[in-house]
Amino acid sequence: MAGPNRPITHRTMVSYIDRTREFYAAQGYERPYRWAHFDEVPFTPLPKPLPECRVTVITTAAPWRGEAPVDGVLRGDREVWSGSTADPPARLDTAHLAWDRESTHTDDRESFLPLAALAELAGEGRVAGLAPRFHGVPTDYSQRRTLEQDAPEVLRRCREDGADAALLVPL
Amino acid sequence: MSLVARHLEEHGIPTVVIGSARDIVEECGVPRLLFSDFPLGNPCGRPYDRGMQRAIVGHALDLLESARLPRTTVQAPFRWSEDESWRERYARVDPERLEELRRLGERRRANQARADGARSGRRKASGPAAGAGRPG
Repeated sequence: MAGPNRPITHRTMVSYIDRTREFYAAQGYERPYRWAHFDEVPFTPLPKPLPECRVTVITTAAPWRGEAPVDGVLRGDREVWSGSTADPPARLDTAHLAWDRESTHTDDRESFLPLAALAELAGEGRVAGLAPRFHGVPTDYSQRRTLEQDAPEVLRRCREDGADAALLVPL
Repeated sequence: MSLVARHLEEHGIPTVVIGSARDIVEECGVPRLLFSDFPLGNPCGRPYDRGMQRAIVGHALDLLESARLPRTTVQAPFRWSEDESWRERYARVDPERLEELRRLGERRRANQARADGARSGRRKASGPAAGAGRPG
């Protein structure tokens, strides 16, 4: 059952806050990004048993446009967007997002937007089903914009669709 | 994304984040995190590995049911590969790349300034250059 011990001298977990700060400092950005940090965390228990819950998925990817990225300038949608969970797009745009292009790729949508996996689990009764739409949220530099515009819009759409719970998958 | 999870949760919709940037999500503070210790890009499992993807989504659903308190993190029981060199790769600062990175930064700032200039007729540009961070 338990695998072998693999002793270490440094933590294995990557700190993306440290990595990002040092990377942009090397590019001459003088002021490090200030990450969101809260003392209080909200908590809502499931309102009913999971097999009775309708679930939605939220992604940071954008609709596929098939365009080449423009060097140095972030693209991607600046607005919340939604797609059909019954007939999802095969590809999504991840060119504007920060992920490890040297170690992996994002050609397989299920590796970051697991609608087929979720539909399969729904078919087995693990959840009641998928909400009719998944939602896309821009990864905005401005936390205020996310808090005041995007998060309320996602909430509105979740309610409109009768979603009881949400899986959020940032790339 | 963590901010959206918090907002939904505050308004009565339970959430679970499936993510690989554990420090970013935990420092923000979310109710439930399924941590995939993978390179950024495939938090739901290796590309085309349907078994792993299904298992990871299953663990996320388990967490929706089992968490009793906020800030509950569970680590998905998978290793990306025997080769752990991916951990050093993302956004690394190689000493031999310092000059290249400096020039990249200058180019980005110039592009951003141009984009801001083009927008300024419509609305006032605000804040520092987009891209100087990894909003989570």
